[in-house]
Amino acid sequence: MTDRQLATIDAIDTFDTIDTIDTLRNRGLAVYQRIEHGFDLPFGAALNPWRHLGALGFLFFWLIATTGFYLFAVLDTSVEGVYRSVDWLTHEQWYLGGVIRSLHRYAADAFIVVTVLHLTREFLLGRYAGFRRFSWLTGVPLLWFAYISGVGGFWLNWDQLGQFSAVASAEWLDWLPIFATPLTRNFLSAAAVGDRLFSLLIFVHIGVPLLLIFGLWFHVQRINRAAVFPPRALSLATFATMIALALALPVVSQGPADLASVPGPLALDWFYLFLHPLMYISSAGSVWAMVAATTAFLLILPFLPRRAVAAPIAEVDPDNCNGCRRCFDDCPYAAIVMVPHPQATEGKPGQQLARVIPDACASCGICAGSCPSSTPFRNVAALATGIDMPQLPVNALRQALKLKLASLAGDTRIVVFGCDHGASLASLEGRDVAGFSLICSGMLPPSFIEYALREGAAGVLVTGCRHGGCAFRLGSRWTEQRLLGLREPHLRASVPSEKLKIAWADAGEEADILATLREFQRGLATFAARPELPAQIVDDNTSTGRSHAQI
Amino acid sequence: MLKSKSLTWLAQGLLYALFALIIGTFSSWPRYRHLAPDQALIKVSFTHHGKRLADCRPRTPEELAKLPPNMRAPMQCQRERSPVTVEVDLDGRRIFRHVAEPSGLSRDGASTVYQRLEMPAGEHRLAVRLKDSASSRGFDYAREETLTLKPGQVLVIDFNAEKGGITLL
Repeated sequence: MTDRQLATIDAIDTFDTIDTIDTLRNRGLAVYQRIEHGFDLPFGAALNPWRHLGALGFLFFWLIATTGFYLFAVLDTSVEGVYRSVDWLTHEQWYLGGVIRSLHRYAADAFIVVTVLHLTREFLLGRYAGFRRFSWLTGVPLLWFAYISGVGGFWLNWDQLGQFSAVASAEWLDWLPIFATPLTRNFLSAAAVGDRLFSLLIFVHIGVPLLLIFGLWFHVQRINRAAVFPPRALSLATFATMIALALALPVVSQGPADLASVPGPLALDWFYLFLHPLMYISSAGSVWAMVAATTAFLLILPFLPRRAVAAPIAEVDPDNCNGCRRCFDDCPYAAIVMVPHPQATEGKPGQQLARVIPDACASCGICAGSCPSSTPFRNVAALATGIDMPQLPVNALRQALKLKLASLAGDTRIVVFGCDHGASLASLEGRDVAGFSLICSGMLPPSFIEYALREGAAGVLVTGCRHGGCAFRLGSRWTEQRLLGLREPHLRASVPSEKLKIAWADAGEEADILATLREFQRGLATFAARPELPAQIVDDNTSTGRSHAQI
Repeated sequence: MLKSKSLTWLAQGLLYALFALIIGTFSSWPRYRHLAPDQALIKVSFTHHGKRLADCRPRTPEELAKLPPNMRAPMQCQRERSPVTVEVDLDGRRIFRHVAEPSGLSRDGASTVYQRLEMPAGEHRLAVRLKDSASSRGFDYAREETLTLKPGQVLVIDFNAEKGGITLL
């Protein structure tokens, strides 16, 4: 076989592996989305915890840090005193110290749970490569920091659970040939455990979380407007749940450590300490192999070749960019920076120009939707805007809109603007419905709605991913705010509110969006038949009077 | 969204409670027993420098003359140390034998051993032998004792030359 043939076989093998991963991912995603959509029923998409896992992780971290300050303040850090001080806190001051201790533990447990769920969700949604590679890679070490921080907390209590975990951790670490003196010798007998060792353990339990904060800062560097707090209602309900748990099931110590004996049955915290039993039923080496393989897989994943071709990134046209900074503000991935405009010396001192950072650009088009030059009313033959997507320029969208509208028939001709990641528009299109699937709903300049109405549409339906589920984080949020007049560029108030409907729907919810469309058409027909009705009567609850729905 | 607000609140409450239940449950359940109730644990652990493989010898005047003036130590000592061999017998049965190589690139560091041995509790005859010199025949240290291991007890077999060699903690 020639080198070329061998290379071809290697490439086929690589893609087979990728196909296997993609198949598993897609199956997992189907299951996951059923769960997530199921939670939308009681919570609504905006408050669905599954859509705020990262932010919930932050919330639990803040809770751990806050309660940790109090625990550190009252902790007696001597070997003799540490157990006594924690036990006093638990029993004598149960109403404050005991609750804080329980909150500290349960928040740590919840933190690791939502962190792992967050990682799983991003994996299932395929959000680990391309422009998301940085966030993914900086997230992997955080798993280690979280684990080390959590396990170290059990040692500090120095009860029998702490003793078991400290000895097991030392035995696990000793498998690595890096310690001149085995760490386990620090826990051979009570005489071996000194106050200095405890000072070191406290240093670890405080130092590693500081590294975690530093890592979190890196993790969200490429995220514009990172959610470090969940929505208020979700935060309060989560906090109340933790308080209730702390009161109902207070965390208690499990007897003082005694290195001369092996602890009896232990109430093990399986969220953090599961590796210890795993090591004792297998071996330290196999556990190291497992965690090393998992870490390596997570680190390699973003570098695996993908079948999907990278989409073209946004392009700036200096002649049409006035440096207004709206794209800079709206970009969900901080992929736009403002630089001095090259024409600033030509009578426009101080004018800026948007510049796209290619590696960070998600190719979502939200910037094109934010650009004030994207209005289709401009009297130019070829509509050129300040920042645009080469694969779907606003000029092409305007032309396609005019063509499709001209071909529609019927009294309630509807234009539907959707996105490639939300509910598919294919089943909606018909003789009186024209669908336009954008890269992201955030790519839609609001003036296109007014343009469509003036060109003959009876109404416009805007859809896209549900809140919290936007493939590009902020697309549906910005679109809604722009259409409700809360964000620039806004939809003009003169647009009749009954002629616009906003209905968010994820992929797989095509039947729901079709039902919404038919209802919208019926409503428009009613309005057409009863022109005496005031224009502000709408069918739901938005304060600005725009018709709005969350499917 | 669910149609009824009270149903929505109820469903949310139940799901928050489910989350609390999962966290509360697996933070302490199922209970884990590391050692069977009738077992005891013997830990063999020491850090000990074996003897040097060769004795120190005086340098000849010629050898000293070749060295820089500030490095003319009168004795020449080989750095490499002997491996340390340890054997543990319980009731006449060999339960552990290990040869711990000296650490370090020049094999001049300490030999270390850490081994957990789970044994039935009860009365046993324990014999421990340790050899730390390649030149000696047989074992350099030995200790034999009859002892009673209580269920869950941890017995540490250590080595401390200053305390007479093999120690039992």
